[in-house]
Amino acid sequence: MKGEDRVNFDLSEEQKLLAEQARGLLAAHAPYDRLRELVDSGAEWDEALWKALCDMGLPGARIPEAYGGFGLTDLDLGVISEELGRANASVPFFSSIVCAADAIAAAGSEAQKLNWLPGLASGEVVAAFASAEGKAGWLPQKPGVIFRNGRLTGAKLPVADAGLASLAVVQCRAEDNEALALVHLDQPGVVRTRLKSFDHLRAHYRIDLNEATAELLPAGGASVISAVMDRAAVQAAFEAVGAAEACVMMGRDYTMGRQMFGRPLASYQAIKHKLADILMATELARSSAYFAAWAANEAPDQLPVAAASARLTSLDALAAAARENLQVHGGIGYTFEANCHFYYRRERTLALTLGPKDYWAARLVGGVRAQANKAA
Amino acid sequence: MDFNDTPEEAAFRAQVRAWLQKTAPAHAIAPGQSLSDAEQVSRGKAWQRAKYDGGYAGITLPKSLGGRGGTIIEAVVFDEEESRYNLPKGPYIGIGLGMALPVMGKHGTEAQVSQFVDRTLKGELTWCQLFSEPSAGSDLAAVRTRAVADGDHWIINGQKVWSSWAHHSDWGILVVRTDPGVAKHKGLTFFVIDMKTPGIEVRPIRQISGASDFNETFLTDVRIPDSWRVGAVGDGWACCMTVLMGERLSQGEEGKIASLMAYAAETPTASGTALDESATRLSLATAYAEEQAQNYLQARLRTMVSRGENPGALAAMMKLSYASRLQKSSAIAMEIRGAGALATETSDAQTIELWDDYIWSSALRIAGGADEVLRNQIAERVLGMPGEMRADKGVPFNELK
Repeated sequence: MKGEDRVNFDLSEEQKLLAEQARGLLAAHAPYDRLRELVDSGAEWDEALWKALCDMGLPGARIPEAYGGFGLTDLDLGVISEELGRANASVPFFSSIVCAADAIAAAGSEAQKLNWLPGLASGEVVAAFASAEGKAGWLPQKPGVIFRNGRLTGAKLPVADAGLASLAVVQCRAEDNEALALVHLDQPGVVRTRLKSFDHLRAHYRIDLNEATAELLPAGGASVISAVMDRAAVQAAFEAVGAAEACVMMGRDYTMGRQMFGRPLASYQAIKHKLADILMATELARSSAYFAAWAANEAPDQLPVAAASARLTSLDALAAAARENLQVHGGIGYTFEANCHFYYRRERTLALTLGPKDYWAARLVGGVRAQANKAA
Repeated sequence: MDFNDTPEEAAFRAQVRAWLQKTAPAHAIAPGQSLSDAEQVSRGKAWQRAKYDGGYAGITLPKSLGGRGGTIIEAVVFDEEESRYNLPKGPYIGIGLGMALPVMGKHGTEAQVSQFVDRTLKGELTWCQLFSEPSAGSDLAAVRTRAVADGDHWIINGQKVWSSWAHHSDWGILVVRTDPGVAKHKGLTFFVIDMKTPGIEVRPIRQISGASDFNETFLTDVRIPDSWRVGAVGDGWACCMTVLMGERLSQGEEGKIASLMAYAAETPTASGTALDESATRLSLATAYAEEQAQNYLQARLRTMVSRGENPGALAAMMKLSYASRLQKSSAIAMEIRGAGALATETSDAQTIELWDDYIWSSALRIAGGADEVLRNQIAERVLGMPGEMRADKGVPFNELK
């Protein structure tokens, strides 16, 4: 093995196996027809799929072993995120594991971690991550939700998966500093109202907090929150890469099978060049996501720029993939029976969750300029 | 996955760095120093000789051929460290090392190996590439230059184009048609040719950049010995593929976009700098993110190569991505300066470099596989989509319209 390990910018055999297993499970439990059923029934989530993912232990992948998880890396988690993106899964993995559990692991006290992480790792407890405040943005600089004397007051919206979660990590203001608080959602001071979501496979809520009982995560200051956002951006990039690759393959398969003017639609350069460009964008984004996930564990000082790079490239790849996949399908792509629309909607969800590209461009430029000034 | 150097790589890097510190400064081109073509070539040869003496010429070339017998990652480490100095390197050296030697190693005779390999590694021989023709660019197999057997010699007639630095090259690698009666890919043969052979005339092409580093090369009744043939008669296309494989694995220039960000940050606006403006920031951040992504894609491709896998058309993404990004980002940078990039003082090297990048990017999107050809390759070979309809398939060359 030694010689082979000399240059290694590829997934390990274990990671490839993990991807294969996750992909197999998702293909069995959440085919496109299942997504159509969920949309038709107005379901908040795919509870049966979540149970299957939990039976496989996936929610616990990155949570430390001391708190009931498997202590795997961000790259291992990324392998799972990619498959969830490919399948367009309707599960609270991003809310509960990528954001909330990471926030508790990064900012919580020992008691809080022992109290909550095992339940999140097994998937029995689902937590939402509440940072957005409508037009003030995904992560408002001065949150309107205020923590005072063990109580939270204010409104958060939209909050994904808040209907099925029993717990939320809430970004808030405590003594005029950015902070994170834990709040039980089943209590008199909390009112949850379901919103109309653009993406029919991800339910969002408005949470009104009125003197709700809450506790702070002691290390939840601005810099820890920023690092949680970076790691979340990496996972969202993997999700986008999985979805984009699904779109490229769907577009290829459809155009290979369709005859137009006496030859396969896929034989026209107008189609080939489109799909080649999207595949290239997807492979570039995948490469960025690999590096950023590696940096999250091995080179944290490079994470802010790497995470922003992964976010920008993955969003551009998925935007092109989701739109052009529908385009090459022609009229059939506009029907509910075709599968293009799942990604067409999910792309907007990923693009707006965690803040838009402009916000991440500013983070990237800030990071690059800081490096340049440090070097000078 | 590990993006850090392994202990062996770190040791090699330290060794290279120490050697460069000792050797490179004497060969580096001073900032702002402009050299004539002849000076560039002689400085380039001297630097190649220094690398040979240091044991760094032909790092991945097998020891049996006089190379170092090192790994691809060692070559990458060396390139990274070497690029910290502004050293004289150009196609006149690169074509020999990257194209002539691999083709000689794979298809050449023992006599050819002993005649050319060591002298090329030492920088004593410079090389040019005589492939493209006025009617054979992306469709390279359509070359018309003819070689006709004459005893144990060949007589060559025709015209080649885009031969970089042919005016300063000792030898050329040449592909010509030896049998027009068979399908076009099958009638080609590969040669090396002494550029001083009678009948060769090199005429510089005046480029849109103002420079003339490309040439037209006319071959009129050029008589060369059969011992200059590489590979079998009719095997020229296979030799060309060996040459072109090496062309795409590394592409681009690190830090290009970061310097454009610095340029934007030094450009004042009414409310701050150009980099504070949302549209500018987003376009430069996107270009930076893509540049980083390309570095990591390159790392993935090298991993494949080091395991003996062929990255194939995935490698086409390197140039396809870089050339367009260079064109777009240098155009954006000019817009950031606005009137300041319309005309400037001759001392403004920063802006003049932007102009050069913008001009050069148009050639880069065409040379070594045009964007459109590369997109076809990706669609066909990676995605498995249908090939182009070919009117010339299987038709003997001399029956093509």
